[in-house]
Amino acid sequence: MNTLSTEQDDVHGELMEISLGPHHPSTHGVFRMNITLDGEIVVKLKPVFGYLHRNHEKIAEGNTYLAAIPYTDRLDYLCSLTNNWAYVHAVETLAAIAVPERAECLRIILGELARIANHACLVGFLLNDLGTSFTPLLYSLRERERMLDLIEELTGSRMMCNFFRFGGLRSDIPEDWLQRLRTYLEGPFARFLDEQDALLSGNEILLARTQGVGILPPALAVQAGITGPMLRASGVPYDIRKVDQYSLYKRFEYKVPIGAHGDTYDRYMMRMLEMRESVKIIQQAMDALKNAQGSHIDPKARNQGLRPKAGEAYARMESPKGELGFHLVSDGSAKPYRFRIRPPSLINLTALEDICLGQTLADTVVILGSVDIVLGEVDR
Amino acid sequence: MSTTSPEEILTHLLEKFPEGSVSLVKDTGSAMQHSLLLQHEKAVAIANTLRDDPQFRFDYCSNVTGMDWPKEGFLEAVYHLYSIEKKTAKPLILRMRTKGRDSKIPADLAMPSFTSVWRSCELQEREVYDLYGILYSSHPDLRRLLMWDEFQGHPMRKDYAPPAENPPAA
Repeated sequence: MNTLSTEQDDVHGELMEISLGPHHPSTHGVFRMNITLDGEIVVKLKPVFGYLHRNHEKIAEGNTYLAAIPYTDRLDYLCSLTNNWAYVHAVETLAAIAVPERAECLRIILGELARIANHACLVGFLLNDLGTSFTPLLYSLRERERMLDLIEELTGSRMMCNFFRFGGLRSDIPEDWLQRLRTYLEGPFARFLDEQDALLSGNEILLARTQGVGILPPALAVQAGITGPMLRASGVPYDIRKVDQYSLYKRFEYKVPIGAHGDTYDRYMMRMLEMRESVKIIQQAMDALKNAQGSHIDPKARNQGLRPKAGEAYARMESPKGELGFHLVSDGSAKPYRFRIRPPSLINLTALEDICLGQTLADTVVILGSVDIVLGEVDR
Repeated sequence: MSTTSPEEILTHLLEKFPEGSVSLVKDTGSAMQHSLLLQHEKAVAIANTLRDDPQFRFDYCSNVTGMDWPKEGFLEAVYHLYSIEKKTAKPLILRMRTKGRDSKIPADLAMPSFTSVWRSCELQEREVYDLYGILYSSHPDLRRLLMWDEFQGHPMRKDYAPPAENPPAA
C-alpha cells in the first residue's frame, strides 16, 4: 500500500502513492488517507478507517440503557453534551418518556454551548492546518478553556460530562452559573468572535487558500448523506433543529446560515455564523427558563432498571457536526438488543475523495480540516 | 401531495410493483416506527422510485443499521430515509433480510446494495458487511471498514466469541 508507484500513462506524470496518517497532526486523530499524487495534484484518495475502533455498539449492547450514557461521551469527545442528548433523546423516543419544560431549556443551553465550543475549536484547528502556526488556535483554545471551566464546574468533568439522564438532567443548574455563562458569552466571547472576524475572516491569505478549494456541489452533498454545517455550506437549507423541531427549538428565533459556493471558506464561515446564532438561542433559552414549568428531571422517569417495551426507535438531532442519530431496538429486557450510532463524522467523509480530486496535497489537509471530524466518532 | 405514513406509501408502491415485493412490518413499541420489508428482486427498483417519484422524493438515506437475529435465522439491514426536499421529520424505514445467517453459501448471506441509489450507504454498508457479514451483491467496493482486512469473523453477531486474550505462543 505504501510503496512508491512508478506506473505512467499518457495523461499523468510519474504517480506517487503516499500514506498520510494515521500519525499525522493534520488528520486530527488516527485517520489515514492513501493518496495518489501526480506531482502535487491528488488523483486518487482512499480513506482508511478503524484505528480507534472499540466497538462501542457491542459494549452498549452488553450493558443497561443507563450504562451507555458515559460511553457516548467518548464518541465525539469535543462535544459530549450533545452526544448525551442525542442518546437520551432516542431512549425517550423508544420508551415514551416525557421531559419537563425546564429540563428542555437547560438542555438547549448546554447543547448550544457544546456547539459553540466545538465550532470555536474547529476554526482554530482549521487555521492551524493552513499554517498559521498556533496564534489563532491558541485564541480558540483560550475561549474553549473558559467554556470547559464552566462545564467542569457544572458536571465535574471537562470533556466526559455524563450529564444527561432519561427525562432530564443529572442535576439542576444553579442560577449564578447561568448568569456567569451569560456574562461570558456576551462579554469576552462576543469580543473573541469580533476579533476573529476582524483578524481572519477577511484575511487575504485565508481567502486565497480556502475560496474555491474543495467545492462540494449541493446535489452530491445530498446524495452522499452529508449533514450539518458542511451540507449548509453547499447551499442546502437543512437544519434538523428546524425540520424536526425537537425539544423547544420552535420557540426560539435564530437563523440557519447558508453558504453559496460549498467551498472550504463557506464551511469556515458557517461555523463563525452559527456561533453567533447559538449565543442568541442560549440567551432566549435563559429568558424562557424564568417561566418554565417542572424541574430539571421528570421524577417519574425511570433511569435504573429501565425496560422499554419491545420495539424500535430511530431518533436524531443536529449535533455540531451534523445528524447524530441513535437507532435502538428493545426486546423488552434491560439491555438494548441493538444499539446503533449514526455518526455524522464518518458519513461526512463519504464525499472526501470527490472534493479533494484535482486539489493539491496541501489543500487536502485544509479540506479535511473543514469537514470537522473526530475519530472517536468516525471509528467508534 | 406528500405521502408520509408507511401504510400510504405501501399502497402507492403496490400500484406499481407486484404483490409480495413489499410488505408492512409493524413496530410494537411506543415509538410506532413501522417499516417496509422489501424482497430482494424489486428492492433497487423500489428504492429508485422512492427517491425519484415526485410524490415521495426520499433523496436522503440517513442511516443503515445491521442486525442479527439468530433465533429467526437471518441477518437484517434497516435503512432510514428522509426527504430533504420535502423536509420530512419522520423517517421512512426500509428493511431487507438475508436467507440465512450460518450458511456457507454466499447467496444465502447476500442482499442488493443501495449504494447506487444513495451514496451515503457506501461506507455504512461496508460497516454492515464488516460487523455482520451481509454480502452486498452490487456494492462497488465491499471491503471491511473498521476491522483490519485479515480479521476473521463478524464481531457484532450475537454469537461472536472473541479470541482468547493471550493466545498460546506458536
